Amino acid sequence: MSEYLHSVSLDRSKCTGCTTCLKRCPTEAIRIRHNSASIIHERCIDCGECIKVCPHHAKVALTDPIDVIKGFKYAIALPAPTLYAQFQGVHKPEPIIAALLRLGFDDVFEVARAAEIVSYAISKALREQDRPKPVISSACPAVLRLIQIHFPALLDNVIDFISPMEAAAKIAKEEYARKHGVDIAEVGAFFISPCAAKMTAVKSPIGQQKSYVDGVIAIKDVYKDMRAAMHKGFDPVEIERASTVGIKWAVPGGEADALGIKSSLCVDGIENVKNVLEQIENARIRNLMYFEGLACVNGCLGGPLTVENSFVAKNRLRSVMSRTEQKSVQRTKIFETACETLRMTEEIEPNNSMQLEGTMKERIAMSERINEIEKSLPGLDCGSCGSPTCRALAWDIAHGFANELNCIFKMNARINALAAEMVTLGTSTRFNTLQDSARLREMRQELRADDDTV
Amino acid sequence: MIIKETYPVAADDMSVAGDVSASIKRQMKRLGIPNQIMRRVSVCTYEAEINLVIHSDGGEIDFAISEDEICVHVRDVGPGIPDLDKAMTEGFSTATSEVRNMGFGAGMGLPNMKRNADGFAITSEVGKGTDIVMTFNI
Repeated sequence: MSEYLHSVSLDRSKCTGCTTCLKRCPTEAIRIRHNSASIIHERCIDCGECIKVCPHHAKVALTDPIDVIKGFKYAIALPAPTLYAQFQGVHKPEPIIAALLRLGFDDVFEVARAAEIVSYAISKALREQDRPKPVISSACPAVLRLIQIHFPALLDNVIDFISPMEAAAKIAKEEYARKHGVDIAEVGAFFISPCAAKMTAVKSPIGQQKSYVDGVIAIKDVYKDMRAAMHKGFDPVEIERASTVGIKWAVPGGEADALGIKSSLCVDGIENVKNVLEQIENARIRNLMYFEGLACVNGCLGGPLTVENSFVAKNRLRSVMSRTEQKSVQRTKIFETACETLRMTEEIEPNNSMQLEGTMKERIAMSERINEIEKSLPGLDCGSCGSPTCRALAWDIAHGFANELNCIFKMNARINALAAEMVTLGTSTRFNTLQDSARLREMRQELRADDDTV
Repeated sequence: MIIKETYPVAADDMSVAGDVSASIKRQMKRLGIPNQIMRRVSVCTYEAEINLVIHSDGGEIDFAISEDEICVHVRDVGPGIPDLDKAMTEGFSTATSEVRNMGFGAGMGLPNMKRNADGFAITSEVGKGTDIVMTFNI
């Protein structure tokens, strides 16, 4: 976990340092310094909030270009169910699957199909005794990272199964290699993604040594070409198809619904998820079996790499589902083996980047300093200093990342005080003049020095 | 070295009940207090805060951390508990049905606090107020 690779990053040439993203970051991972945002990588959970709110499109998600599939002899597309809701006038998956094949993929494996298998495995695992309740879904990678940072006490509650995307890559590659008698190393699986955090989840996986996915391609990057491919009409597609059980994972509450759990709670929107996890941590929600937290409003349909408005997409997906098989039609053998093979192999470690360092004594001393500094700040949480809250600025000052005069109120007070002093000096007697001009020089230097550190 | 913070808790305002215990939890998270301990302290401060809001005429919570101990001191300005033994019995509650409907007042507050703290001392005088000191070993 020492090395982080992040999908969410900054295009410095577009950033104006406007602070819009600053206050929306759920892990206080953004600072504005020298008129530009910067991301504290240890804290970023790739939720994509900053991408969604940035008025200058300076926050971007790094994903793979479509050419990535050329690195493998055989390429399989793994469309997220969200993809089925992106195209106006398209109310079934067939043309979409056909369009993917036209883009150069050799095969398509619906992530929704894997979601059905994962649903089965999870619902069986939920019957195991001594699991701390509520069991928390592992599907949303941004929420997983949020738990690592903010709610480490809840890590034991997270279900120890890999996500449908991972399961799809694993099963798709195995099936393809077996069916066509080729070496599995020559088969690449590529996720067609609504989500920036999935890219990070592939590069720095949680709960697995290595991801089964070989590339993550943004929906918005293939949208145009797929649209064009669809206009050309299509031949019938012969692949094993997903039912609504898997497709509805794209909609909030769909996962719990697929698991058939009555006592479940689904929350979408990262701030909402944070609030409810807080309640769960305080044991304020009783008799809850399953918690599904989704970083984006409207779940994966609201992902930062989508094209369609998420509410419109939700409606369209409902229409897609009404034309799809309602029950899973897959072989039960995959389902049974999945209960073991799709388990996570690694522990999910807490992320301590929002904790103080050192011995308990040092941490207490540092905390005391931060509290003191915070009390001296105005408490308006205006963000003008470049830190999201006064408390965050206090932390930054105590760690030497900022100074008190980053606060515009402090700066203002300081300028007023210096101005008043200058007036006094200006009206002073000739007797003091020599001494005073020395003081004036000093003050000028002081101001300049402050300016340098800012 | 010790950190001590005092948080006032106003009576009757259920909409802000939980804010103080959230602040305390944030402090503990920042300090890296082990999860098990943090959880117990959170349960106790939350119960105490809710008690102050529902039952008291207002009060304060002191939160102090030293290298080896956390101390939570809860005190209010009244009305005081007439029968402490009864109040410490699980299931006993004087909460109104309105409060119960909100999911509180199950009579588990004080016993729950006692169970979760390593040290628990309570004194109360009718007309004066209630004073609770809870300690937790780190």
